[in-house]
Amino acid sequence: MTATSVSRIVRDRPARRPDAQRTARRSVTRFTRRLPGRLLTLVLLIIVVYPLVWLFLGSLKSQYDYLNTPTYSLPTHWMWGNYEAAWVTGDLGLYIRNSTTAVFPALALVILLGSAAGFALQLMKWRLSRPVMLVFLAGIMVPSQMILLPLFTIYFQVGLTGSLWPLIITYAGTGLPLTVFMMATYFRAVPREIIEAAAIDGAGIFRIFFSVALPMMRNAVLTVALVQFFFMWNDLLVALTFTDSNNLRTVQVGLLNFTGQFGAIEYGPLFAAICITVGGTLILFTALNRQVMRGLTGGAVKG
Amino acid sequence: MTELLGNKRAIMTLVGPALLIYTAVMLVPVFWSAGYTLTSGNAITGYHFVGLANFRELLSDPNIRTALSFTLRYAVVLTIAQVVAGYLLALFYVFILKRASALIRTLMFFPIVLPTVAVALMFQNLFAIAPVNGPVNSLLQAVGYHAIDWFGTAGHAFWIIIIMDTWRSMGFYAVLLYAGLVDIPESVIEAARIDGATGLRLVRHVVLPLSFPVLLAALIFSINGTLKVFDSILALTNGGPGNATTPLTLYMFNTSFSYDEYGYGATIAFLLTVICLIVTLALYRWSRTSGEEVAS
Repeated sequence: MTATSVSRIVRDRPARRPDAQRTARRSVTRFTRRLPGRLLTLVLLIIVVYPLVWLFLGSLKSQYDYLNTPTYSLPTHWMWGNYEAAWVTGDLGLYIRNSTTAVFPALALVILLGSAAGFALQLMKWRLSRPVMLVFLAGIMVPSQMILLPLFTIYFQVGLTGSLWPLIITYAGTGLPLTVFMMATYFRAVPREIIEAAAIDGAGIFRIFFSVALPMMRNAVLTVALVQFFFMWNDLLVALTFTDSNNLRTVQVGLLNFTGQFGAIEYGPLFAAICITVGGTLILFTALNRQVMRGLTGGAVKG
Repeated sequence: MTELLGNKRAIMTLVGPALLIYTAVMLVPVFWSAGYTLTSGNAITGYHFVGLANFRELLSDPNIRTALSFTLRYAVVLTIAQVVAGYLLALFYVFILKRASALIRTLMFFPIVLPTVAVALMFQNLFAIAPVNGPVNSLLQAVGYHAIDWFGTAGHAFWIIIIMDTWRSMGFYAVLLYAGLVDIPESVIEAARIDGATGLRLVRHVVLPLSFPVLLAALIFSINGTLKVFDSILALTNGGPGNATTPLTLYMFNTSFSYDEYGYGATIAFLLTVICLIVTLALYRWSRTSGEEVAS
């Protein structure tokens, strides 16, 4: 659109000296052509970044500051102690330990078993591979509410309530369908010749899986692992159902009940706690963002 | 070679563990939960058979009607909002920013990885009226309007939820759809431009039909997720005011764990699963037929 409308604008201007006019026109053209894009970028940046900046400033304000100065103002005293309060009094340290203990074993299980199953479903030849794949696919659709009550009964009967085991087991089970599906789609990209060559060289099927196919899928594994990590780390439903004491709370459940730790709402520590959880995921995401973007734009999701 | 790739024992070893855990944690509980719909009671008191009483209650329960209508309204409105916003963003990346879009793409993607509870708490305070005005109400007052109690009425609360979830997800959908848009060959766009298609007409008649498959995938992805919404609403409004923003998922959770009625809770979960199943199958069939229409 821009080329025609801009030249029309420029034509309506009164003529100046030829050479000056030419350079002026060129820079005006470039400026006006880029202006809408730049303005829109700025608006988008404000929409996404301003709430986070506001959050961060809030985490450094005293209770008096938060309640009595305008919401967009800077803190009068920079209260870095809010972070200590969130970590210690607010038990955030404990919650992060719990989340880590529950999520990482489950994540390791899901990735190892999910990619093994995806490999066998996609690259090996057997009659039931399609039906089994469909069974896994059905699991993506089922809402967690449909499995919560029987699981609660089982964990209660077996005596697992009061530990983090219910979370590990449930995360492993619910993470598998999507992982199997995504890994199977990624494995489609492995050329058959490579597997044949490895087989001719005398590698067994497990050797082929661990030393040939899986290393080729490094980016895919990373993408799937990150997606699953965020699902598990940010989960609220399962964690809320199976954690019955403060000692077992994960980060999300802890945050939800955060104000309870202080009696009344202490805004500084609350905002500091939100900042810590937000900051942690942001750092992780920034470190791995290239792989994720590549995995998302070139992989299974695209179908 | 065929022997190696058809080795039954190897297949069992590779698929077996995943299938076993999946069956124990998901498949068996699904049918078990379906069995609960015919009972009353809970894990501590035990269960007894009540026949179809739960389903009769389902039909006459006014809370179900509220929850069902909220769930459907939320799913439709949010799906439209996030897919449209994501698509506009993707168009913006591809046609206006072009190669300079990498950084902004990443920044816009950020919110989706943030913990939902943290984002919900942030939005509660962004839209707060008491004890002190949040930024939104401050802005309203600065331009001469009254501050609004955003979480006090059902209508406002609904739109705050939509705004928050759109804020969270539009960058994610933009990346998904961007992947579809950059796949459109440059030559096709160029040819359309030479034929005189520009701006909106180019998008409407060339870009939109060509990105239809990936748009459809985003739509299915979105509907499937929004029907199961739980975290963001629990943390933002906890279903209130009253039960005006309580989706089926949250109603099931409260019925089961606040009122200890597992039988009825399982029945609500069953209803939700049936809805998910019907919608998924319908979308799947629709996507196949309309996919063929576009192709031909």
